[in-house]
Amino acid sequence: MSIERKEIQPIIEKYRGQTTGHVALLQDIQKEYRYLPREALEQVSQQLDIPLSQLYSMATFYNSFNLEPRGRHEIHVCMGTACHVRGAPRILDRLSQKLGVGPGETTEDGEYTLETVNCVGACALGPLVTFDGRYYGQLTPGKAEKLTGRKP
Amino acid sequence: MKTFASILDMEQFRKSKLKKHKPEARHVSICCGTGCRASGALDVVQELERIMEERGVDAEVSTKLTGCHGFCEQGPLLVVFPEKILYCQVKVEDAEEIVTETLTRGKIIERLLYQDPSSGMRISQEDQIPFYREQMRLLLARNGQMDPTSLEDYLGNNGYIALAKVLENLEPAEIIEEIKQSGLRGRGGAGFPAGQKWEICRQQEEEIKYVICNADEGDPGCFQDRSILEGNPFSVLEGMTIGAMAVGASEGYIYVRNEYPLALSHLEQALEQARQYGLLGTNILGTGFHFEVNICRGGGAFVCGEETALLSSIESITGEPNPRPRPPYPATRGLWGKPTVINNVKTWATVPLIMEHGAPWHNAIGTEQSKGTMIFSLTGKIRNTGLVEVPMGLSLKDLVMKIGGGIPGNKQIKAVQTGGPSGGCVPEKKLDIPLDYEQLSKAGSMMGSGGMIVMDESTCMVDVARYFLSFTQDESCGKCTPCREGSKQMLLLLEQIAEGTSGREHLSLIEEIASSMQDGSLCALGQLAPNPVVTTMRYFQQEYLAHIDDKTCPAGICRSLITYSINPELCTGCGRCLKSCPAAAISGQPEELHVIDPEKCTRCGACRDDCRFEAILVQ
Repeated sequence: MSIERKEIQPIIEKYRGQTTGHVALLQDIQKEYRYLPREALEQVSQQLDIPLSQLYSMATFYNSFNLEPRGRHEIHVCMGTACHVRGAPRILDRLSQKLGVGPGETTEDGEYTLETVNCVGACALGPLVTFDGRYYGQLTPGKAEKLTGRKP
Repeated sequence: MKTFASILDMEQFRKSKLKKHKPEARHVSICCGTGCRASGALDVVQELERIMEERGVDAEVSTKLTGCHGFCEQGPLLVVFPEKILYCQVKVEDAEEIVTETLTRGKIIERLLYQDPSSGMRISQEDQIPFYREQMRLLLARNGQMDPTSLEDYLGNNGYIALAKVLENLEPAEIIEEIKQSGLRGRGGAGFPAGQKWEICRQQEEEIKYVICNADEGDPGCFQDRSILEGNPFSVLEGMTIGAMAVGASEGYIYVRNEYPLALSHLEQALEQARQYGLLGTNILGTGFHFEVNICRGGGAFVCGEETALLSSIESITGEPNPRPRPPYPATRGLWGKPTVINNVKTWATVPLIMEHGAPWHNAIGTEQSKGTMIFSLTGKIRNTGLVEVPMGLSLKDLVMKIGGGIPGNKQIKAVQTGGPSGGCVPEKKLDIPLDYEQLSKAGSMMGSGGMIVMDESTCMVDVARYFLSFTQDESCGKCTPCREGSKQMLLLLEQIAEGTSGREHLSLIEEIASSMQDGSLCALGQLAPNPVVTTMRYFQQEYLAHIDDKTCPAGICRSLITYSINPELCTGCGRCLKSCPAAAISGQPEELHVIDPEKCTRCGACRDDCRFEAILVQ
């Protein structure tokens, strides 16, 4: 997949000459493409004179970055403590079983990406998942399964 | 938009604002924190405003979207002023009735009121509900009253009074003295005296200094920092500005967790407005004092909440952020080698309150060594989940039982976990301890950033220990060996206990690794990671021994040690379990008893979740 130069250029310009905030730079790129395409990182590396290995070092250290393309829909299962004691692992199991992918993976048709998140801070509603950024709380495995609208 | 040229200018503006404000005028405040938003608060607001406009009610009644009110369990929350009628779990369908009955006729809608679970009574006023009544809301006081995206509203709620007072009357040394006298200790977890930290920084003979707000609230089950940033971001900015003046810094950073989009957005708006009004930037309020604040977004790494890793994350153009050994402490050598004060969100938000009301006021709240209030995120197996602000020294039992409303169902409380993955479990028999830094440490736990997770008899303590350790193991940055390898080996041992493949020697091995991690790790992440394991072993030894000797999990959680079966007396043969079983381990004819094949059963619990007759037995 090739990336459009016009999309990446303004992001690079925003951070040119800055001495800090390169986590934010990667976040901006990820916002654009929903993952960090190698081509984009190469552009950043060349234009801002940062070794590519260093960019990959950041991209793999921080949990919020993805190096693979994402599905059209993203499901994040909250694994925070409150959700854990209220049954989050069973929600994850059920979704994983239904979609046929493990956490961090994307379905073959590119429809769904299943992820876990440490805590979104909406603990009163646990167990909960975010589906394309929207919160769905007080779930049961059955309710969670219905979110995906597909047969196992 | 106005820019205040002087303190007088701001005070005149405040006065003119307050003059226009009629406290008796009817308005509706709707909680739009992350919790209530997740329960659909924004849809309620939209519908409410649509109907109000349709009926022409909007001319007399205004709506206000506020930050988190704290009572997340009952969200979406809506408060009608001036009577302060609290409506809970408001749905879009309720909007019409609220407009026609309450907003137009002043009539209370009974069914939307909070119902006390013990007495069954409906309570109309927010401050009469036990959840709120027992609290002392200082930091959270303005959360339900002001629009967090409006600096004018903050001014109308006594905002920036403290900064004005400081700029007008106090020398930096006097500010520090005031903070020292107040007894304020760092609210990020360790509880280091804030005034002392500021003083050390002030004494450094360096031209450039920094102040930093640590808003990388990484503990799972904690959301108080987020709620302050969402509900009252200006209080943090005001606190940092006062701090900067005290230590002699002209630049500050706020390091925010990336998983908090709403907090980030409110903070950005607050910064923008503070700059425009002349409350940040060059020549603040015409006094010649300069201070600028930048936002740094975290990338989802727990270790970055540790102060030296946080510094390295802000500094680093590239590469991995790592903790570093201390001394030197950040107050002498911090960001880019310059003296730096790093405080937590709650600490910064407390500063304006102390400067406004005075050190003796703050010093009078709390216990001998822990002053002021603390905010806890009360979650887990508890009736009233939410944010709770209480004076230091309140007993853990009162917090859980009176404010939290106890455990739902007929279950027994087993333990309370405080301090997140770095804290420990306080067992039921020790719940009388007062909540302060020292008492919690003595019990083997810690104040931490204020997470509080309640557990009942259906929680397995081995599983809890494993949960926290797998979290810290996953988040270990890998720089130092005791943390990287220790957490991994300890987790392995715990997993063997949970799987029933362990012996008693595992316990002494865990203790040995724990003490190496505590002594040898570079930062608090590794030093404190054994806490959840050590405290559960100390207080729930029998439960560990049941896993090790009897190969059973008394709470019925650890998969390798339990079996699923169907209670013939309760099974109706409805077939739901058969359909839900992913392993095809259940067989049976319609309307006849179903059975589980233990060979095929993966113990996933799907059948138990779906059974409507509680016929699935776990042993």
